[in-house]
Amino acid sequence: MEVERRSLSSKQASARQMLRGDLEGEDLDRYVEERVVTTTFEKMLNLARANSIFPLTFGLACCAIEAPISVVTARYDLARFGAEALRASPRQADLIILSGRVSIKMAPVVRRLYDQMLEPKWAISMGACSSSGGMFSNYAVVQGADKFMPIDLHIPGCPPRPEAVMYGFSKLQRKIIGNADQGWRQRYNAAGTEEWARGGPASAPSPEAAEAYEAAREISLA
Amino acid sequence: MPDAPGLELIRGEIERDHPGSVLATSFDRAQAALVVDPAQILTVLSWLREEPGQSYRFLSSLHVADYLPAAPRFGVHYELLNRDRVERLRVKAMLVDPAAPALPTIDSCVELFPTAEAQEREAFDFFGIVFRNHPDMTRILLPDDYVGWPQRRDFPVGGEPVTFTYNEHTYG
Amino acid sequence: MAELTQDRATEVMTVNIGPHHPATHGVLRLIVDLEGEVVKDLKPVIGYVHTGIEKSCEDKSYWKVIPFVERMDYVSYFFQMEAYCGAVERLVGLEIPPRAKYLRTIFLELNRIHSHLVWLGTTALDLGAISMLWYCFRERDRILDLFEMAAGQRMHTRYFQVGGVIEDIPLGFEKKLREFIADMPVRVGQYQALLDRNEVFLSRTKGVGIVSRERLLELGVTGPLLRAAGEPWDLRKAFDYLAYPEVDFQIPVGTVGDNYDRYRVRVAEMVESTKIVEQALDLMEEGPFIADDRKYVLPPRSELSTSMESLIHHFKLVTEGFRVEPGEVYYSIESPRGELGCFVLADGSSKPSRVHFRDPSFVNLQAFKDMAVGSYIADMIASLGMLDPILGGVDR
Ligand code: SF4
Repeated sequence: MEVERRSLSSKQASARQMLRGDLEGEDLDRYVEERVVTTTFEKMLNLARANSIFPLTFGLACCAIEAPISVVTARYDLARFGAEALRASPRQADLIILSGRVSIKMAPVVRRLYDQMLEPKWAISMGACSSSGGMFSNYAVVQGADKFMPIDLHIPGCPPRPEAVMYGFSKLQRKIIGNADQGWRQRYNAAGTEEWARGGPASAPSPEAAEAYEAAREISLA
Repeated sequence: MPDAPGLELIRGEIERDHPGSVLATSFDRAQAALVVDPAQILTVLSWLREEPGQSYRFLSSLHVADYLPAAPRFGVHYELLNRDRVERLRVKAMLVDPAAPALPTIDSCVELFPTAEAQEREAFDFFGIVFRNHPDMTRILLPDDYVGWPQRRDFPVGGEPVTFTYNEHTYG
Repeated sequence: MAELTQDRATEVMTVNIGPHHPATHGVLRLIVDLEGEVVKDLKPVIGYVHTGIEKSCEDKSYWKVIPFVERMDYVSYFFQMEAYCGAVERLVGLEIPPRAKYLRTIFLELNRIHSHLVWLGTTALDLGAISMLWYCFRERDRILDLFEMAAGQRMHTRYFQVGGVIEDIPLGFEKKLREFIADMPVRVGQYQALLDRNEVFLSRTKGVGIVSRERLLELGVTGPLLRAAGEPWDLRKAFDYLAYPEVDFQIPVGTVGDNYDRYRVRVAEMVESTKIVEQALDLMEEGPFIADDRKYVLPPRSELSTSMESLIHHFKLVTEGFRVEPGEVYYSIESPRGELGCFVLADGSSKPSRVHFRDPSFVNLQAFKDMAVGSYIADMIASLGMLDPILGGVDR
């Protein structure tokens, strides 16, 4: 603790050095305190991540009209939160919004899209259907998307209003800034699940791949 | 819609050309329907399509209904439309449910009405009704490896019970 | 070596597009055989949002089915409600009062404008005209405000009820609606100013995706696609339902049947719809907005505390629902995409024994192969947009 405090004050001292102009004494102290925030690199990174989310252009059903389309248009304008750049490829996106019902035919596709996204990645389940199956309690709909992939945030509604989506969105930003514990991803087998080439049909991953997998997993769980 | 006497006239004319093809007629809620012999469905449909006085040349919809407790169990419905006279006519073919592995079969009308292709596949998908001579009789909406015919009346709706606090213990 | 290049030039490559693809307007999957950039063959794979709605409907009493059917084709929910409620009304033989007829007509036509706006915005976006999306969704939000004012929800309003509509329109609704329909034709003019002289848009739509009218009829295609090929077939004129016989409107038709005609027909339809709304608004008089048949219609809230009989009716309707004599009805209306038919089979209980929708997008999608084969892959995307399939309706 001592060490940290000392290093903190030394940082402030160097900042003071840099900002020194005509100010002296208490004035200079206030000036520096108002302008310089010291933080860790991780926190800084999270702040940047939270304010420049690239959502995936992905729609499933009714909710898709409200979430990826309506919220980026003029009245709601998700650009204010730094997330208007929709990406068509999962490789470039870091947020997937499950907007609609996930049918049994679509579920493997959704999981694959999620796996193709690079870490760090987040998932919002929008609407009653993808959160719990909604009103469609029948043979064709997966009863809640968190059966097959980890979900960071559920937005209730059928469909949720765009305002609700934006509220959920700012909640997600706080979550990212707060760097919430991601241990729960482990339960879903979802940490470091980037795809790799498999050795043969339905065989175990090759030793190198398994090694890479373990390494990736350790990093993401650290 | 043809009215009730008009429906009987149509029946009479078909019977004259193809005896035994029409089993019954029904006129209910201002909608006319012919119940036809499934073996002769194509004869009746092409007669209705080609006969100059009729020319029901547009197939609006093809769907199946499951009348479960009734004896011929499945009804294949053809909603025909005459666009000149603006008249609709429903043609029904009632199919018996054969013993378990066998599926009810009927002739495909894709040759007559190309629009039926997707709808016959849908009927196969949900009810397991095989349309003979259909170009591609595979599942259309459900995954290819799905087992069962989900929209039959004896297929469970499926889904999951929702755990509320009062039934938490039962479903855990 | 020469042979090899020859082979390469004619080699057919199979490309999978979707189910996740921004240009498929949902989760459509296309398996396309390409020779260079030319589409040789194409097979749509559907079912990725199959929801089993028809099965779920069999498990609900008649009035609880309404919210389910709304969620099929999710940009024209009022049409689904009308098709279903109309079919049930024909099953039980219920007349709806005149005010309900006009209200339904107004909301259907507003929904038609809304649907075409969503179509125009997203399709123009596919063709690279991104600003159309902002303009179209600006007007769309105004329509949704009207829906919200009347029914409390933006989408999936559940506003129609067996026997009429669930509530009268609130005060101030008419003023807002009149403002909107006065604005709308001007807005449509602005869209046309943006697109009609846009060289990129014109060259990507004119002469592309032509299918002959006979072929379209064979394939069962209805709606703007058929009208763009020059066939003036519109169920609003052909059959007599709601207030359409009383209002004066025209059916826009195209001549060639290419993508440009499809665009022109839909844009013209928006203007015609505003005319219908205006006339229906003028013709509408005060009166009951729902039929007065206590067997099928909930009694007014105010009666519940004074009349025992109303309370019993209310309890019966809410818990069990009404029973319908055995019978079957097919009722069809003109949705923004074509003939939307609803088949309801009643078996005497309080739940329908089968509810089937003949969805126009499902049938129209069969024409996609004819539209796209032989054209460039970029034109295929344009044709798909102009076909306007809503995958929720296709898969149900
Ligand atoms: S939650 Fe409601 S609006 Fe969203 S996909 Fe499901 S049914 Fe449609």
